Amino acid sequence: MSVESIPSKQRQWSPPPLIANVWLRYLVIAAVVGYLVLALSSIEVDPERIAEGWTRTSRLLADFFQPDFRGRWGDIRTGMLESLTMTVVATAAGLVLALPLSLGAASNLAPRAIYLLCRSLIIFTRTFPEVVIALLFVVMVGFGPLAGVITLSLASAGFIAKLLAEDIEDINSSQLEAMRATGASWAQIIVYGVAPQVLPRFIGLAAYRLDINFRESAILGIVGAGGIGAVLRTSIRRYDFNTTGAILALIIGIVLLLELLSSRIRAWVQ
Amino acid sequence: MLELHTLEKRYPTGDMALKGIDLTVPKGQVMALIGPSGAGKSTLIRCVNRLVEPTRGQIILGGSDVTALKPSALRQMRRNMGMIFQEYALVERLSVMENILSGRLGYVGFWRSALRRYPQTDVTRAFDLLERVGLQDFVDKRADALSGGQRQRVGIARALMQDPDILLVDEPTASLDPKTSRQIMRLITELASENGIAAIINIHDVTLATTFAERIVGLRLGEIVYDGDPKGLTHDVLTTIYGEEDWTLTLKENQAKSQDEQVTNTTSQSTVPAGGVT
Repeated sequence: MSVESIPSKQRQWSPPPLIANVWLRYLVIAAVVGYLVLALSSIEVDPERIAEGWTRTSRLLADFFQPDFRGRWGDIRTGMLESLTMTVVATAAGLVLALPLSLGAASNLAPRAIYLLCRSLIIFTRTFPEVVIALLFVVMVGFGPLAGVITLSLASAGFIAKLLAEDIEDINSSQLEAMRATGASWAQIIVYGVAPQVLPRFIGLAAYRLDINFRESAILGIVGAGGIGAVLRTSIRRYDFNTTGAILALIIGIVLLLELLSSRIRAWVQ
Repeated sequence: MLELHTLEKRYPTGDMALKGIDLTVPKGQVMALIGPSGAGKSTLIRCVNRLVEPTRGQIILGGSDVTALKPSALRQMRRNMGMIFQEYALVERLSVMENILSGRLGYVGFWRSALRRYPQTDVTRAFDLLERVGLQDFVDKRADALSGGQRQRVGIARALMQDPDILLVDEPTASLDPKTSRQIMRLITELASENGIAAIINIHDVTLATTFAERIVGLRLGEIVYDGDPKGLTHDVLTTIYGEEDWTLTLKENQAKSQDEQVTNTTSQSTVPAGGVT
């Protein structure tokens, strides 16, 4: 083979274009620009309404920054305690449900039929938004925190089971093989081969889900499933934005605390 | 004691890993299984305890047919077969003691093992073994804090906790340095002879195999092509097993090392001192 080096002028390189066909490339660019022009021109901007809205917004913001904790303290306190109770109960129930579900949904442990069953259960709990499930349970068990707790338990179970199952599928299989070779039973293999490998992840997920559940409990109250959300909705309806501001400030404070707690826990279990 | 009759393994991909293996290992014999990668060494020892299901043939251990066992009887049978792994396969997040005691899982009930309430005789035996492999100072250390050689010592102790009749050893030295490799091989063969346990050792290193095993079986493409004394491994035999290569150095090393080993073997029958552990 003859060795002919490429002349230095030709030694230039630029990345190949995303769309190789020149005509198609310019067509796509033209279509995107055309769509943007049409879309922007279809927005009707009414300066008068903006001005009107602006005064309302500024009043709302002003009220937000003067939160009133005292006026409705009784309602706020009850709502907050209810939300916190819902959070803890739903997280605990979710963990208990998630354990068998995650083992069944791990393809390296479960037989095919059980795997498919558990995966479909997980998909089912994760298909509908929590608010929709909550509405369903409000109809079934009536207004109040029970509907919220059931909703959050199911959502937590699906969430933790899905992420934990994926972690179980990633574990080191030679450790499992070693336990199997000792003559251990299925349950012993889970306790000795699987649990030590996924325990840190499990605790981390539980802590993470705890703070998600608190935030969710604030939303669920809006559709009547108990908790601080109900008080929040009432205050907005009454244009009592000082109370709204107080509730939001409390929610933000508690979410930050839970976030701090869960990151501490996760760092500790590594 | 262990008999394989026309053992065959065909993987779902269609690869014939074992093509009718006939092999008998008497009680207490240390046998090295050599052969190129892909010859079926790993498949063979995993078929014995049915971590890999053989497609055809029979495995007889102590008079009973391993291939015919139902799941719970198979678990009981596995207690008689200790396994030692290439990458140690310790449960990394458990302590040294927990790893060694896990060798008793086939004997104790679920709750006892889950709550770590092992019978005192097991705990005593575990301490004895820890001392024997030179890890008495590492009882509550986590397994992932140990070096390679230390981990393999834990792996050996775990296998011996099962009180097995046979050790299935899969490339025990593949991830270890030459000195540690020799120490580990010496430990395995010494413990096997002390306890009257047979051993099948898969190993790549021909020199280590001839130094420590009393019998060599050569596997090539799923068939036994050599079965006999380590001294019988001539240039021609190595070529049959592995293919054409210049074997003069390996053969020379064998002679030198086996003489050297006979000298050290007589002096090193004692417990490995903790300081000498690598």
